[in-house]
Amino acid sequence: MSATVVTVTSGKGGVGKTTATANLGVALAEAEQRVVCIDADIGLRNLDVVMGLENRIVYDLVDIVEGRCKLRQAMIKDKRLGNLYLIPAAQTRDKTAVSPRDMVKLTDELRKDFDWVLIDSPAGIERGFRNALAPADIVLIVTNPEVSAVRDADRIIGMVEAEEKEPPRLILNRVKPEMVRRGEMLTTEDVLDVLAIDLIGVVPEDDGVITASNQGLPVALNPRSKAGKAFREIARRLMGEEVPLEALQSPNGFIRRISRLVRG
Amino acid sequence: MSPPQVARYNRRPMPTALEIKGIGDGLLVNVPTGSWTEARPALLQAIDERADFFRGARLVLQLTDRELGAAELGKLRDALAQREIGLSAILSTSEVTQAAGADLGLGLQIPAQSQPEPLDELAPIDSDLIGEEAVLMRRTLRSGQTLRHPGHVVILGDVNPGAVIIAGGHVVIWGRMRGVVHAGAAGDETAMVCALDLTPTQLRIAGHISVSPERRGPGRPEVAHVRQGQLIAESWQPEKQKESRKDRTVG
Repeated sequence: MSATVVTVTSGKGGVGKTTATANLGVALAEAEQRVVCIDADIGLRNLDVVMGLENRIVYDLVDIVEGRCKLRQAMIKDKRLGNLYLIPAAQTRDKTAVSPRDMVKLTDELRKDFDWVLIDSPAGIERGFRNALAPADIVLIVTNPEVSAVRDADRIIGMVEAEEKEPPRLILNRVKPEMVRRGEMLTTEDVLDVLAIDLIGVVPEDDGVITASNQGLPVALNPRSKAGKAFREIARRLMGEEVPLEALQSPNGFIRRISRLVRG
Repeated sequence: MSPPQVARYNRRPMPTALEIKGIGDGLLVNVPTGSWTEARPALLQAIDERADFFRGARLVLQLTDRELGAAELGKLRDALAQREIGLSAILSTSEVTQAAGADLGLGLQIPAQSQPEPLDELAPIDSDLIGEEAVLMRRTLRSGQTLRHPGHVVILGDVNPGAVIIAGGHVVIWGRMRGVVHAGAAGDETAMVCALDLTPTQLRIAGHISVSPERRGPGRPEVAHVRQGQLIAESWQPEKQKESRKDRTVG
């Protein structure tokens, strides 16, 4: 048994990497997968807050890498799901405390005991991003339907390709169907037109996400949340299930167009 | 004839003449004639006018029979280094200059190409046709990626917003051109840019710069070039092509 390492990244900050990581972790764990989430944003940690585990942190990623604690000691068990763990980032250090090689070594150790290792990458294209990318088997790019976010996503895709990783897959986050209908927001089609990568999910804008983050209760736990449903579907697609992208079926046979773009 | 599709908003003065030749992965530059006190600033000025093109390049200087000491060559090398240009070799018939170059650790001939010699089987069938060399790239150029080449550039794929192509010659894109492109970057006004969908963020040919006008609807193949001092883009017209093929039968 060996885990798949999934790195969630974006280039631009504030597009929803941490939210996506937390929700995918929760959704995979709910589907009875053994999951560990790693916060690779050293110095600006917040995956612990979004997952509601802040008050349980004793050791962190840098403590593991520098040998001050055992791997197991730094792993925080989720309070709701028994098969979900978090390795938090250090708050007081910076990204140079960890190297890409350290990350590969750490994830190799985790692989034998888990099904999924999710890494929340920091924004940017520097050391922290390199650390998060190094061990990845699958790279998920999170972006918003905004020109600047798409531009940064494109840059990141180029860098992932240069590392000779598998082509990354795209999560389009915070889509407002209303604005798209009025022609005021980039459509999924517009975004894929530039990025030309495989789409793994579209997450609608949902005010519940902010409330949920503040309370440390990821929306994937809420059966009524639209965003939560989208994240659960992305988790199922990660597990290899065929889940149709229902929200995207616009009259012009959009799905066909996407698959053409992706394969072409 | 379709009207100009690219709005011209700026035109830079004609750059100072400079003879440049692409050699493998570097550039061969002829140092201007005249005394060294005139030639040296003239060379640097000509380079500065093409700063984009030269940045990061490896240079071989043709010095012919000019006599230069190690101090003069060393200063020139430092001036080039400040411009992010590496001086890799000098070509000279003067023994004094050659000795100075050797002291500085510079090569004295055109560096050997890293590419393997073409195979005999690949020799052109019709030797009357002499092609020009180009780089071909079969991929999408994404934001932040830059392609520089002293010769022509052919891309099979898209050039996304935020990507940059700088070529000494023509640029041909079998895809969408949405980034920044500079053809004839060393001053060649006859250079062209062709793309299946030509909507660059910015388009430059030699010293001319333009931006794409707002456009709606599907893209179409276009060719941009300089005509009578104006940078224009024209659509490729299949009708014209048909005319010239009329007498051929298609089975």
